[in-house]
Amino acid sequence: MRYLLGRTLHAVFLLFGVSLLTFLFSALTPGNYFDEMRLNPQISRETVAALRAQYQLDRPLPVRYAHWLNAVAHGELGFSFAYNSPVGPLLWVRARNTLLLTITATLLAWLLALPLGVWSASRFGRAPDRVLSWTTATLLVIPDLVLALGLLILAVRTGWFPTGGLASVGFENLSPLHKLRDLASHLALPVAALVLTTLPMLVRHVRASVAEVLDAPFLRAAVGHGIPHRKLLYGYALRAAANPLISLFGFSVGTLVSGSLLVEVVMSWPGLGPLLLEAILARDLYVVIGGVLLSMIFLVSGNLFADVLLYWSDPRIRIAASAK
Amino acid sequence: MPGLMVHGMTPLLKVQGLHVAYSDRMGELCPALAGVNFDLRPGEILGVVGESGSGKSTLAAALLRLLPSNGKIQQGTVLFEGKNLLDASPQELRKIRGGRIGLIFQEPSSSLHPTIEVGRQISNVLAAHESLDRRTLSEKTNQLLATVFPVDAARISVSYPHELSGGQRQRVLIVQAIACGPSLLIADEPTASLDPTTQQEILLLFETLRENSGLAIILITHNPALLGGLADRLLVLYAGRVVEIGPTARVLATPQHPYAAALWRCLPSHFAESQSARKAKMQVIPGDPPDLSLHAPGCQFEPRCPARMEVCKSDEPKAVAVGERHEVSCFKFPG
Amino acid sequence: MQPLLRVENLVKHYAAVRPASPKDKFAALDGVSLSIPARTTLALVGESGSGKSTLALCIACLEHPTSGSIWFEGIDVADLHENQRRLLRPQMQLVFQDPASSLNPRWTALEIVSEPFFVQGRFSKQERGDRACTWLDHVGISRKMANRRAAELSGGQKQRLAIARALALEPKLIVLDEALSALDYSVQAQICNLLLELQSSLGLTYLFITHDFSMAAHVADEIAVMDHGRIVETGPSEKILRSPAHDATRSLLAATPRVPEAQPTLVNS
Repeated sequence: MRYLLGRTLHAVFLLFGVSLLTFLFSALTPGNYFDEMRLNPQISRETVAALRAQYQLDRPLPVRYAHWLNAVAHGELGFSFAYNSPVGPLLWVRARNTLLLTITATLLAWLLALPLGVWSASRFGRAPDRVLSWTTATLLVIPDLVLALGLLILAVRTGWFPTGGLASVGFENLSPLHKLRDLASHLALPVAALVLTTLPMLVRHVRASVAEVLDAPFLRAAVGHGIPHRKLLYGYALRAAANPLISLFGFSVGTLVSGSLLVEVVMSWPGLGPLLLEAILARDLYVVIGGVLLSMIFLVSGNLFADVLLYWSDPRIRIAASAK
Repeated sequence: MPGLMVHGMTPLLKVQGLHVAYSDRMGELCPALAGVNFDLRPGEILGVVGESGSGKSTLAAALLRLLPSNGKIQQGTVLFEGKNLLDASPQELRKIRGGRIGLIFQEPSSSLHPTIEVGRQISNVLAAHESLDRRTLSEKTNQLLATVFPVDAARISVSYPHELSGGQRQRVLIVQAIACGPSLLIADEPTASLDPTTQQEILLLFETLRENSGLAIILITHNPALLGGLADRLLVLYAGRVVEIGPTARVLATPQHPYAAALWRCLPSHFAESQSARKAKMQVIPGDPPDLSLHAPGCQFEPRCPARMEVCKSDEPKAVAVGERHEVSCFKFPG
Repeated sequence: MQPLLRVENLVKHYAAVRPASPKDKFAALDGVSLSIPARTTLALVGESGSGKSTLALCIACLEHPTSGSIWFEGIDVADLHENQRRLLRPQMQLVFQDPASSLNPRWTALEIVSEPFFVQGRFSKQERGDRACTWLDHVGISRKMANRRAAELSGGQKQRLAIARALALEPKLIVLDEALSALDYSVQAQICNLLLELQSSLGLTYLFITHDFSMAAHVADEIAVMDHGRIVETGPSEKILRSPAHDATRSLLAATPRVPEAQPTLVNS
């Protein structure tokens, strides 16, 4: 228990540090939203100055940070200059869309990676394993951008899938079943893109971890006891190989909001990706900070989640932890 | 009682002409066992004595076809309860492993799954061979554990392997191997890493198992002194060949094969018993065990044998009977 | 004549791994005293957990005892400065049970035995090679073997190599911690002969740690029996074998397997 409390505290400290760093970086980059406005001759200098004052960009950095921290503690993430609305709700809507995409893709990727990796490891070095290795290596080498674009081209050429967006026109008027179908058809390509980019690495990791365990004496002993094949692979081998995979799963959870940026932008999925990209280009400070903070919360939580899972699943870690 | 053959004299296990080889990275074959013959009666304990490179672990693995991927059984038959194991289908083999033949591999510290409770691991073996409901499974597991851990079976059942001592782990392995009431147990160096006192306890356990359930045991070790009061027959393995096999007392007291005799002279207990001058030079076997990949002709012990003859260089001796169920492979005994 | 090594009331505490109460300490050594005259062998016999290895580590100055004293050739080791102790260490060498983990498998035998000379920095490359070869000869490793990597050697050869490396520093005392226990008996006999021969030709003193009473009786002048961190009985080998006084000794003796009495003879046909 003390171990977990320690890890949580560690996570909170991490978040503070990251928020500070992010704030500093964005505040220190040259230029801000208002530079663009100033270039616009239609807006008077006084308006710009007044707006600047309103957004408190005149105050020194530490004050702004303290102010912002206070606001965050109250659940307010600041104000977006570009959208002229609070950052919180803005992020939330987009984050929901992103999570819909990434959770689907992550679950699918892991559900495919585990059996593929285990199957590949059990035929290590033989023809089926080699084919799979070659395939995953090829997929890894192809840039994510190319994969996403390739899928888009497929959509355009065949017309089987919509080429972007979350919902078709007239979505609200559809029956629930049709709504689901519509959503699914919009999800299909982005999910496919994400799965194609993350699956190869997962499969390779699963394969490597399981293959290492397959040589272990306890597995040979289990074969000697007549344990059936399926149970050997999943109940014994995969279980023993779980530790690095649990850490990897924690990382998957951690990148739930940040890992899909490219795919979202290319496939016009209305998630956090396009929002953050725009905000960075427009120097929309608080949106950027809010977005990065959200990503970091997920990343740190993902790691914490992995720590908890490891503690729960491996008795040796429990012993080492309590010894400290 | 399950597994107890009433036929007495019919061998439970009959191994004939077993040849096993390993292929190295270049694909070259290196023989590990050459022409191994022996049989085992129900309820009999056979001690297999051999040093490193003698092929003893290969024998244990080969009987159940558990050789590593570069090992190959080239020829021979392994008749168990009338069926040739080398011909068995994968399904039949899986049922026999753990079900009819129990196997204990060499390393107790790593033969148990590190993150599964020990009781569960035993239940898994039971579940693999018998279809029992959960409650019966758990009861049977506790019963089995209680036979080797009379005092704290319940605590051991929920422990993990790294929480147990070497002796405790060895007992768990034994329980796993006999859980389904097999008629044969193969134990490869079951006491190698244990203290003398714990060693004796484990050997006593084997004796008890044989008495209570008529279990036949093949006990593989590099220390012949362990087999003195326990094994009925002794098989001496050298360079993958059976050089002598016979009643334990006879082979230990009057070994016929020069290797066996020389090896017994190397045992420290022998020396201490014989009360020769302390710190005097021990009589050793000169040289090193042969490199079998060289495929040298003739008797494999010849280069180191104090009684070698011309014929030993070119021909391999065949087994010759020198007593009741006592055979030696040496040219000193004309066939 | 003063003994080469004298240990008085040695105590070593370790913090318990999984403490029942956090203050729990585990007494690996609980007041051990012994002495070894020069050019003799003392065998230390006991079960695992009796403290034998801890004692070996303390004597070889690889562990600091919690209390008690160790005198080497009359010098109190605990009194010494770390620098002085460093000079003393080469005189007491340790050979472990598992040569695979104490020898770098990627180095050749020659490199392993030359390393101590390299560290001392006194010798040229040629000299280092020559000296190493001499020691390898002493332990019976041929020139051909000398250029093999440690990983390619057999168990017996590895152990010979470990002994050669220990000898290279020209120690006065060698502590052998279950050094023969993992070897086949025919190899044990060979290495045993080697050790005895080296003792008489180089005037070495041995502390021979084992749980095999028979081996102890054969190689040692005196046997000390350890149990739960204490020495419970000491005496000449024959006396301990024939009339053990302490319970621990008796149970150890009873547990030691023996080949039955009759002399093995070769039958001439």
